[in-house]
Amino acid sequence: MRLQPVFRNRFLPYLLVLPQLALTGIFFFWPAGVALYQSLLRTDPFGLRSRFVGVANFVRLFSDHYYLHSVKLSFWFSFLVTFLAMGLALLLAVMANKRIRGARIYRTLLVWPYAVAPATAAVLWSFIFQPQIGIIGRALKTVGITWNYYLNAPQALALVILVSVWKQISYNFIFFLAGLQSIPQALIEAAAVDGASSRRIFWRIVFPLLSPTTFFLTIMNLNYAFFETFGVIDALTKGGPGKATETLSYKVYVDGMVNLNIGSSAAQSVVLLVVVILLTAFQFKFVERKVHYA
Amino acid sequence: MRRFVSLFLVGLVVWGWVALAQQEVPPGRIAIEFWHAFRGALGDLTQQLIDKFNQSQDKYWVVGVYKGSYTETMDAAIAAFRAGKPPHIVQIFEVGTATMMMSGAIYPVYQLFADTGVPFNPDDFIPGVKGYYSFPDGRMAAMPWNSSTAVLWYNKDAFRKAGLDPNNPPRTWAEVREAAAKIKAAGAAEIPLSCAWFTWTQFEQFGAIHNIPFATRANGFDGLDAVLTLDHPVYVRHLANLIEMSKEGLFVYGGRDSAPDALFPSGQAAMLIASSALLARVKREAQFEWGITYLPYYDDVVEKPYNSIIGGAALWVLKRPGATLEEYKGVAEFFRFISSPEMAGWWHMQSGYVPVTFGGYEYAKSQGYYEANPGADIAILQLSREPTTENTRGLRLGYLPAIRVVIYEEVEKAFQGQQSAEQALKNVVARGNALLREFEALYK
Repeated sequence: MRLQPVFRNRFLPYLLVLPQLALTGIFFFWPAGVALYQSLLRTDPFGLRSRFVGVANFVRLFSDHYYLHSVKLSFWFSFLVTFLAMGLALLLAVMANKRIRGARIYRTLLVWPYAVAPATAAVLWSFIFQPQIGIIGRALKTVGITWNYYLNAPQALALVILVSVWKQISYNFIFFLAGLQSIPQALIEAAAVDGASSRRIFWRIVFPLLSPTTFFLTIMNLNYAFFETFGVIDALTKGGPGKATETLSYKVYVDGMVNLNIGSSAAQSVVLLVVVILLTAFQFKFVERKVHYA
Repeated sequence: MRRFVSLFLVGLVVWGWVALAQQEVPPGRIAIEFWHAFRGALGDLTQQLIDKFNQSQDKYWVVGVYKGSYTETMDAAIAAFRAGKPPHIVQIFEVGTATMMMSGAIYPVYQLFADTGVPFNPDDFIPGVKGYYSFPDGRMAAMPWNSSTAVLWYNKDAFRKAGLDPNNPPRTWAEVREAAAKIKAAGAAEIPLSCAWFTWTQFEQFGAIHNIPFATRANGFDGLDAVLTLDHPVYVRHLANLIEMSKEGLFVYGGRDSAPDALFPSGQAAMLIASSALLARVKREAQFEWGITYLPYYDDVVEKPYNSIIGGAALWVLKRPGATLEEYKGVAEFFRFISSPEMAGWWHMQSGYVPVTFGGYEYAKSQGYYEANPGADIAILQLSREPTTENTRGLRLGYLPAIRVVIYEEVEKAFQGQQSAEQALKNVVARGNALLREFEALYK
């Protein structure tokens, strides 16, 4: 039987959710509404002349093959970042969950990178990978690899992915570790008694029981890769070389804040909004079914 | 322990409060807000300049606020303007000039001085600087402040190692190439030649000193309907030349904007084409003997190179709702103060930017600055070459920051070997023109 809490006062429940509704309204719906409105206008930077242009901003966007390239790039980028960040974090969490000496120290250390701001992380990594002065940058040169991410598109993309993944592993690690620790030890012991190998135990018992965590993290990581890798890209490559690392959200920034093309930038934000709504809806509809809530 | 922590926190709060109080306007003074993009050494100098003004009189009080990079400062000013609370003065980089002029949000400097009755002599400004920030009819729109130009920095120690004369730096691109080859052959430096602000130095400056247009309509000065002319054969030839040098290891593309700056003071690049304002950093960091010289040119294109153009930023006055004439008078007095010979000269000598007025130049001369700092006058001499033409006044193009990004993208593809120099510049023209038409449509 489900518990149905009952409020005596009809207005109390509304009053209680009001702060959250107000926050959502002010910080989500209002800006989104403004973006939608701006995307239909052609506006000068100072906002003194605005003209309604209908969907012209969108038409221009989708007839620009550079934009379509950016769409493709963003999906690849987000997929790779999500996959790598989650895979590595799970591996580390499984290892740190073992009864080993100093496990607490490893756990603490693995959480640290999360405290570093993305732009700061990127600057730290750029010191390491800088083609002329970075330690690894120079080392790669001495072993004969021409390392110059300023000019080499695949190298630039690889570097941006590496830093984005490194930054997100800690977050995933915390959740995976918590998930692992909440799995009843009895299940694992029972399987071990039945003679299951540790690999089999992991894929048949641990991994399925982790699925709520994995599902949650997939959504969080995709959102991270789409929206929060801005600092990394800005500090490392600024979208270059060419347009090799210009993801959708970075392009919104460049067109809106650097180029001051407000209309186009707003239209791009709207596209991004739609993409995220679709992605999340898709996941809840098709992926969540397979999730096993313990 | 807990007591110590709380004491520490209280101390922190008090300290922050004191620091804030220093920014507070003394009673009886009229406050003037000034947003700028300088921190570190330049930020300190800016604050010193403001302090000097505040102490020089007892009527006005300028409050300087650091607002981030040039782009961030401009964004902040635009956001504040939209919210009805802009600062009186904002520092805007040179590529934002067209946007500011067209905006209708500014109080042009010539009008400011006329309305407030503060004396002002526009002819005291160096023509190359003044022209960049003036309307087509010659009236000044903004107050020139920190201006620089591009120069060639070279490492004299590396030159000696390569058997080159350190006191006779290359003048033409043929000589640069020859020097680069010798440096490479002698292993005198890791990188023979690199260049910072690639779009600014290799197209905007390059076009000016060769007297070839960057865009039609006098580089955009005469109208918003300008189109790019970067597919001009001289640009194509130059880019092809750099790509070839890059293949031979004589030139290294070091990234966008200021990223390659570090290559020179670290001693890795024997030659670097970069801003003259790199001076302070080179002085502080370089562990070798260095020199500055003029930008190289193709002597079969022009016999004598023309003047280069400026970079840097200027001070713009914004229309601020509710601001009184008295406040604007304070702005005008501040501008008069910073462009006085002593202050313009002081700023030039301390910061490494060029003096924006003749008075400032003469003042620096009278202080023996150029004898003590050989090469410090190269920038100003290069900027004031005569005669100027419509290709050497600067650029007045909308969405210029976006056009620079387009150039970077296409040039980077060419350096990677994905397209030829000619194709790259054709793409630049096509994509850049689309941006120019969008900007034009804003003001139709």
